[in-house]
Amino acid sequence: MLDVSSLTKRFGGLVAVNGASLTVNEGEIVSLIGPNGAGKTTLFATIAGFLKPNEGSVVLDGQDITGHKPHEICRRGMVRTFQVVKPFAGLSVRENIAVGAHTRIAGREDALEFAGKIAGQVGLTPLLDQSAGDLTVAGRKRIELARALATQPKLLLLDEVMAGLNATEILEIVEIIQQIRDSGITILLIEHVMQAVMKLSDRAYVLNYGEIIAEGSPVEIAHDPKVVEAYLGHGASERMKSAGGADA
Amino acid sequence: MSMLTTMSTGNMQRIGWAVLIGALLAAPFAIHSGRWMEFIELTLFAALLGQGWNILGGYGGQYSFGHALFFGTAAYLQALLQYKLGWSPWLTLWIAIGGSVAVAAFVGFLSFRYGLRGSYFALVTLAFAEAFHVLSRSLVSVTEGGRGVQLPLNQDPEQALATFQFTFAGPFLSEAGYYYTILIFLLIGFAVTGWLNHSRFGAQLQAVREDEDAASALGIDPFRVKMSAICLSAGVTSLAGIYYVQKFLFVDPGIAYGPGKSVEALFAAIIGGVGTVLGPLLGSAFIHIVGEFAKETIGAMLGDRPGVDLILFGIILVLMLAYMPRGLVGLVELLWRKLMTKRGGGNA
Repeated sequence: MLDVSSLTKRFGGLVAVNGASLTVNEGEIVSLIGPNGAGKTTLFATIAGFLKPNEGSVVLDGQDITGHKPHEICRRGMVRTFQVVKPFAGLSVRENIAVGAHTRIAGREDALEFAGKIAGQVGLTPLLDQSAGDLTVAGRKRIELARALATQPKLLLLDEVMAGLNATEILEIVEIIQQIRDSGITILLIEHVMQAVMKLSDRAYVLNYGEIIAEGSPVEIAHDPKVVEAYLGHGASERMKSAGGADA
Repeated sequence: MSMLTTMSTGNMQRIGWAVLIGALLAAPFAIHSGRWMEFIELTLFAALLGQGWNILGGYGGQYSFGHALFFGTAAYLQALLQYKLGWSPWLTLWIAIGGSVAVAAFVGFLSFRYGLRGSYFALVTLAFAEAFHVLSRSLVSVTEGGRGVQLPLNQDPEQALATFQFTFAGPFLSEAGYYYTILIFLLIGFAVTGWLNHSRFGAQLQAVREDEDAASALGIDPFRVKMSAICLSAGVTSLAGIYYVQKFLFVDPGIAYGPGKSVEALFAAIIGGVGTVLGPLLGSAFIHIVGEFAKETIGAMLGDRPGVDLILFGIILVLMLAYMPRGLVGLVELLWRKLMTKRGGGNA
């Protein structure tokens, strides 16, 4: 469904994303993980059209969308959320979600009604008439998710929707994401909460210093020495192995 | 209980609107003082300027400091085409609106294409208004320069409608013709902002105001939305220019493109409440009442000092922005909600 091949994004001399390639197949949940500053959000922004890549291509459903504007990409069925949530603070929760709904629904009443339905999917129904600016972090994360869902996407890019949530809230979001996938939407997500990544993903990619260093099932990834070193530092994998050996 | 409250609020709003519009329509029959009618007419005029500004500034979050551009362009087109070519005001009216919208599209394209936001956009609009101000002064062969354009006064009652001049239009229209002109224009402005509150375009415009990146992630093209908004805004503002020329039969560079109209427009909207249908009218009424009051009291103390009321407005604007960013409408809503919860609490 999504084919990203050798995408490179440079800011002046800094190479934020360096020849990253990844694919997402229909119906999958794919995770993109990596240490802080690895370039995950930049890669997302480049895929979704917020940044123009220096090299490489992004193909959605067989159509080249490299360098297209975000709103065009959204209309083609790929939508992203933001790690730093951006609620429309002056609007109510329902109105926030309706903005997304308007991508495919012209009528105001229909969009507002559809927003109510989407709010039900992400557990925002009790807050529908509140001002979005008054919500807690968990509420704002849900608005991000709900607005994106309301555009009726085929592919959803989620940028750290669990950051800043407590354990209960994370469990709830994990369940919501599984339901979204079951409703037929493919998902690519950036996440730091490893427990959620392990539980949700079919496959995962690891990004470090702008390069994809590993790919595979969550379990494979967790045991990949390169990944361990990326997170814990050079030589960590060796030390863990010998420590493990000593224990045995 | 809450269901009942919301329903009654909606009905109250509808009743409120009906009463307001009814009162405005009936005003000339009830008020026979020429001075008061003039006062109300000027209030509606500033409200129309404010409403035009409100579409782009209030709903779209693009604060223009040069809305005189759209007022002045319409005023000059309306005046010059009648004066120089002898065209009917009913024809020039459309060209005045079109010309204003064209200027808006030009300024909008330059600003929005290159992503100017916030104070940069404000500066660009201010600069364009000033450029047109200077041009209208210097292009004497086209605009008559600083002398301004004076339209001939029609004194034939038979020709009143054809010339769109009501001074000699017979018993009723000579009193109320201009009043109804500005009222109809203002109602058009209300209709446009009312539509913004209940349409896809309005929702997208407000989304762009709140956060452009989030809006574009959700399938909105901010450039297209802002272009539409500035054109719509100019269209409504141009009606004020048309009214002005038909009423005073005169326009000059200072009136058309000076900062006065730009400031009046944003004052009314900001004091009344940006991004609300009623804000500009409330703001305009407030400004005019305070202005009159200031002239009566401070003027009486200090003698006639032009500008005293402006200083007062400046102070009020600063206080408003600091303590009531949602303006008078926000204040009324707050009081209303307090009243409702008190009532609800009492019942429970």
